[in-house]
Amino acid sequence: MSLLPRVVLLIGLAFAVLSPARIEAAPVDEAFSGFASAGYDTIEKAIETLAASGHPTAEAVLNALEGGNLFVREADGAIVYKTKDGKVLDARTDAPIAGNAAESLKPVRVNNRIRRAVKAALGSLTLLNPRTESRRVAAEAVFKGRDPTALPHLEAALAKEKDAGVRRVMEQARAAALLGTDAPEAAKLAAIEVIAGRGDLEARALLASLGRDVPPAVAKAAAAAVAAIDGRLAVWNTAQSVYYGISLGSVLLLAAIGLAITFGVMGVINMAHGEMVMLGAYTTFVVQETIRKTAPELFDYSLAIAVPLAFLVAAAVGILIERTVIRFLYGRPLETLLATWGLSLVLQQGVRSIFGPTNREVGTPAWMSGAFELGGLTLTYNRLTIIVFAVVVLALLMLITRFTPFGLRMRAVTQNRQMAASMGIRTPWLDSLTFGLGSGIAGIAGVALSQIDNVSPNLGQSYIIDSFMVVVFGGVGNLWGTLVAALTLGVANKLLEPFAGAVLGKILILVFIILFIQKRPRGLFALKGRAVES
Amino acid sequence: MNNTLRAFATAAAVAGSALLSQGAMAAETIKVGILHSLSGTMAISETTLKDVMLMLIDEQNKKGGLLGKKLEPVVVDPASNWPLFAEKARELISKQKVAAVFGCWTSVSRKSVLPVFEELNGLLFYPVQYEGEESQRNVFYTGAAPNQQAIPAVDYLMKEESVKRWVLAGTDYVYPRTTNKILEAYLKSKGVKAEDIMINYTPFGHADWQTIVASIKKFGSAGKKTAVVSTINGDANVPFYKELGNQGIKATDIPVVAFSVGEEELAGVDTKPLVGHLAAWNYFMSVDKPVNKEFIKKWHAFIKNPKRVTNDPMEAHFIGFNMWIEAVKKAGTTDPNAVIESIVGVSVPNLSGGYSTMMPNHHITKPVLIGEVKADGQFNTVWETPGLVVGDEWSDYLPGSKDLIADWRAPMSCGNFNAATGKCGGKGKGS
Repeated sequence: MSLLPRVVLLIGLAFAVLSPARIEAAPVDEAFSGFASAGYDTIEKAIETLAASGHPTAEAVLNALEGGNLFVREADGAIVYKTKDGKVLDARTDAPIAGNAAESLKPVRVNNRIRRAVKAALGSLTLLNPRTESRRVAAEAVFKGRDPTALPHLEAALAKEKDAGVRRVMEQARAAALLGTDAPEAAKLAAIEVIAGRGDLEARALLASLGRDVPPAVAKAAAAAVAAIDGRLAVWNTAQSVYYGISLGSVLLLAAIGLAITFGVMGVINMAHGEMVMLGAYTTFVVQETIRKTAPELFDYSLAIAVPLAFLVAAAVGILIERTVIRFLYGRPLETLLATWGLSLVLQQGVRSIFGPTNREVGTPAWMSGAFELGGLTLTYNRLTIIVFAVVVLALLMLITRFTPFGLRMRAVTQNRQMAASMGIRTPWLDSLTFGLGSGIAGIAGVALSQIDNVSPNLGQSYIIDSFMVVVFGGVGNLWGTLVAALTLGVANKLLEPFAGAVLGKILILVFIILFIQKRPRGLFALKGRAVES
Repeated sequence: MNNTLRAFATAAAVAGSALLSQGAMAAETIKVGILHSLSGTMAISETTLKDVMLMLIDEQNKKGGLLGKKLEPVVVDPASNWPLFAEKARELISKQKVAAVFGCWTSVSRKSVLPVFEELNGLLFYPVQYEGEESQRNVFYTGAAPNQQAIPAVDYLMKEESVKRWVLAGTDYVYPRTTNKILEAYLKSKGVKAEDIMINYTPFGHADWQTIVASIKKFGSAGKKTAVVSTINGDANVPFYKELGNQGIKATDIPVVAFSVGEEELAGVDTKPLVGHLAAWNYFMSVDKPVNKEFIKKWHAFIKNPKRVTNDPMEAHFIGFNMWIEAVKKAGTTDPNAVIESIVGVSVPNLSGGYSTMMPNHHITKPVLIGEVKADGQFNTVWETPGLVVGDEWSDYLPGSKDLIADWRAPMSCGNFNAATGKCGGKGKGS
């Protein structure tokens, strides 16, 4: 082979590579200068143009824009982007930019509308990504974007797609995009059927948005599909409400279960119970801060570490309170009430002085974030974890009271103090330990509550009323009663809420409890026997 | 001739007495009252405002004080207890003889102290965004009125996000209820149908948002772009945003614009799932202006913690305090009547790079900024009003108050002048 043909071949190749770029040059130029604009309309247009152009840096640039890493250089208006490892590259050519140029960079303006456009554009660009999950996310983005220009991309991707799940989403995305074109009526009717097959709220939103500018047959089919989805979801809604109720019940159970010991079993009206919960939440915060500073890789286990520590901290404070204040006040409920209320204020202000009055951020481990769909139910991982956790704590507590020597003595003392003392049980120490157990469990509840509520000095206050309500309703001194009461109140509240609203719902529950207590002063499961009467 | 003489004599007498009093009180100070809760539920927000007031007073003293005297802060703790606010206000004015009071956060605490300030003729600078429908001779509202926050936010969503369906979610008390009433009337005037507005109230400190977030999701699936306008107060916000994040509602699907969520509230939340949700304020810590950078630097130095954030009510105190200083200088005395007269029209720099002016209705001019939450808990300003917006005390969108205006300049000197009947004391629906 001589040199000449090779040169010719090279030149030919060079042309083949260069020529499409040259044809696109004008709109892409416009797109890049559009990013420098202050108007969101222009930027949105630039995104669409860039995505459609097939420019080699398009995907990288759009990714950078989504992450807030696309900049305008103030000196000359050039568009540059930062990579993850901190390099600054020219957005058009990927050529590196000299170091000090980074000083005068102004981020390209982004708002929700731009982010939506980027997502939809990136969706059609990443439909062929080798990772299945990325393709699924891309297809979902295209489904939401409903952009008819994505149709050729979808067709190409569908031709290659092997994963059945991703295929289905892509078909739905194609159907969604198709509805925006002037495709024949039959194709649109088929598309509506595909979308209706999704059966979720996204599908409902899309079908409901079709409106009047479609042929009557299509509109009718869409309306029928919406009605079908609504009918299906109505059934699931009741199930969802019950689940929310169980979830609320588990939170109430956790908050009340410690009180079921200190108030229910020992009879101490402990107004500082909520503050034990708060101490548990702050322990979680301290544990997480320590982990963040010393061993960030352990973060996913932070809650598991915090549970025993929260128990110890709250139990220690509980025992201290019992030894120094409450033991002098046994049998004097009014004084106990006032003293523990004062203590609750002291504890709140103490925490406020140490940690500051503002909320503290307690992170959620990755495995507790997000939600999954089960039929028509949306189950969030954090709530599910709390339900399981509450059940485990209750079970453990029952095991302790039924099957351990400590539990036996505890029950003995609460049933007949004199008799237990004369059998050789050191009742004062047992009181301390029991109070410590109740407080410790409140501390554990704090770990769980830190995942769904504010970690602030006021955390406990918002649970104290609910806790007393649950314990009194369930029947003082009965753990089963506490469980049933928590679940009943939770479910009743959540079933009422959609009709009555949150405020009225809560009022109705309170009225119900007042009436109930009139009828059965000892709650759902009243203890019987002489011990109670005395 | 006679008149001139009398005027001269009066002037001489005034000058003389001023000289005398200055001589007599050289060692004395001007007391400034700070009426913010340092304990109880509101301590979370109000403690910061106490600190910023101490910083501003300290700074003014370094500049030589006021009228040749040092300023002396008098801090009291009303402990988030509304009746106690009135007692403490009385103590500040009649016992401590403070020249002005900076304080209150909740509307109910402001309503509780109003009669005290009226009766004892004190001065109150109120730094928090509120529901409007009020104008008091002794009170200066340096926070936003609804037209300086809520209405522009709704306008932005209509224009930029083409929102057609609205959820008005709030905590059940006077500020959200009044704001939502104004917003509902405003939206209807813009052609939004009643079926496209969902109003939801929750109790204080509401922690279980599962049902409500699910119903918002459902409301948003009617095929029209939906947004949530949140007047949810303080503590209830963290669980609300957590639930939104967990149920997968992203700002690109259903954006939430909040009027009570600022940098301070976000400090306790993991903000990554919230990126893109909005807030409307008159100031963001992220405002890139030299005057703001200097303020942040001073704040960090004063509080000795470089991580502390600044927020909108802090800026309001900054503006209010400087307005008071200017007004006192202009009047040459701290006498409330003189200050009330001299403060109208006073302009001082705000922290977003412009000037704010005290208007005759005792509200101030401010720019309105709409910001989106960033992953670091700060806000990215996505839109701002082209000019300053004058605080409108009586909403133009409520039937009971649209004819009312307030003007505390002589000779009108009236907080609820009815332009339709031409009488002061028109029907004010101050709730």
